[in-house]
Amino acid sequence: MHALALLAASVTVIGAIMVITRKVAVHAVLYLVVTLLALAALLVMLGASFAAMLEIIIYAGAIMVLFVFVIMMLNLGQPDSAREKEWLRPRAWLGPGILAAISCAELLYFISPFSASLHSLAPITAHDVGLSLFGRYVLMVELASFLLLAGLVAAFHIGRNRVEDP
Amino acid sequence: MTSSALLTIILTPLLLLALATLLTWVERRLLGLWQDRYGPNRVGPGGLFQAVADGIKILFKQDWIPPFADRGVFILAPAIGMMTVLLSFAVIPFTMGTGIAGDLNVGLLFILAMMGLGVYAVVLAGWSSNSKFALLGGMRAAAQMISYEVFMGLSLLGVVMMAGSFSLHDIVAAQAGLWFIIPQCLGFGVFLLAGIAETHRLPFDLPEGENELGAGFHTEYSGMKFGMFFIAEYAGIVLVSCLVTTLYLGGWRGPLLPPAVWFLLKTGGMVAFFILLRAGLPRPRYDQLMALGWKVLLPLSLLNVMATGTILMLRASL
Repeated sequence: MHALALLAASVTVIGAIMVITRKVAVHAVLYLVVTLLALAALLVMLGASFAAMLEIIIYAGAIMVLFVFVIMMLNLGQPDSAREKEWLRPRAWLGPGILAAISCAELLYFISPFSASLHSLAPITAHDVGLSLFGRYVLMVELASFLLLAGLVAAFHIGRNRVEDP
Repeated sequence: MTSSALLTIILTPLLLLALATLLTWVERRLLGLWQDRYGPNRVGPGGLFQAVADGIKILFKQDWIPPFADRGVFILAPAIGMMTVLLSFAVIPFTMGTGIAGDLNVGLLFILAMMGLGVYAVVLAGWSSNSKFALLGGMRAAAQMISYEVFMGLSLLGVVMMAGSFSLHDIVAAQAGLWFIIPQCLGFGVFLLAGIAETHRLPFDLPEGENELGAGFHTEYSGMKFGMFFIAEYAGIVLVSCLVTTLYLGGWRGPLLPPAVWFLLKTGGMVAFFILLRAGLPRPRYDQLMALGWKVLLPLSLLNVMATGTILMLRASL
């Protein structure tokens, strides 16, 4: 079991690296799908098969298909990848890169044995999240859903194909 | 792992593939019957070996990959289609016991997940072929299958609520008194339509509508790669029929005859119904198909969920 989990975890990491290094957008999306599937396999091994199925249905099965759909509509070509190369100069990614490295180092320190004093915090389970979302913060959740609905309606209105009045 | 489990793993896909191949012959004969003509009746008894002859022919065709195609993805696409359909069969309880993979407590979700991944076969085939018709077919397929997955999932919610479980074994067990087709008739109708759209079968085969798109997403495919799309489609029909049988028609339940026979009879009846739809109905326009989905099926399936929930709550409070 341990070896299988390690295998799935390494597929996840390698897949994630492949996602950001591929030049063809569809290939990158395919690697992202593989990453998500490997993640789902990990979840199954941890006993969370329901979360794994949701991961496959929602992320791998629906959102990623929409990504492919948009990429197919845009039909990216050679000039686009040249322009993207232009955007990815060192001065563009150096600042975010340093900040990301600092947070990554902090995270690594936190999960390392040196930070034993910080581990006394109580973990927040899915049950707690559900209780606070639908208990204390239910109004906020409803407001957020209104906002999403408004965005949807606005997008439909702007994108509508208007018929000219005769 | 025991040797019998290994044998099951090897034999089941082979059996399913043989069944799907046989179905191509059954379909052509039935279409012939309903359209008042013969259909293939020369090779073997009643034309039974026509499927074998077609298989041999398709294997000997040149397996050509267009030079302008994205080679890796082009080869991968038919394999994805085949794999996702075959994997779905692992959780279907054919007889009184459980499915091949045991009683998965998220069985129904597993099938939905596999159907969701099956979209990639069509979409990637359309994209990697790098030609107009295939791309258009792929895009239609993506929009159609994503939309109808929504209604399919929602229509299944009624069944899940009544059975109280995602496990297909439990769902069949919950239909001991009454088959779900009677209390869930609305969900049944939506699921049936969504199932046809999901397997992109006639009359909803817009992704490969031959009078406007050549052959749609598989325009550039030849030889056995085309054959795999073809067989995967027929296996998909068997899968949706098995699902309808399990979820709405009481699975293997029935008097007198053994469970496996009942399951086969019900599934066979559903497959024949699918073929009858193909023989009887014209193909709608693409915008009509999408409008039907979002303006009719979505409200209907939501209504079904609401009504089922209300009735279950009232019954629990009494």
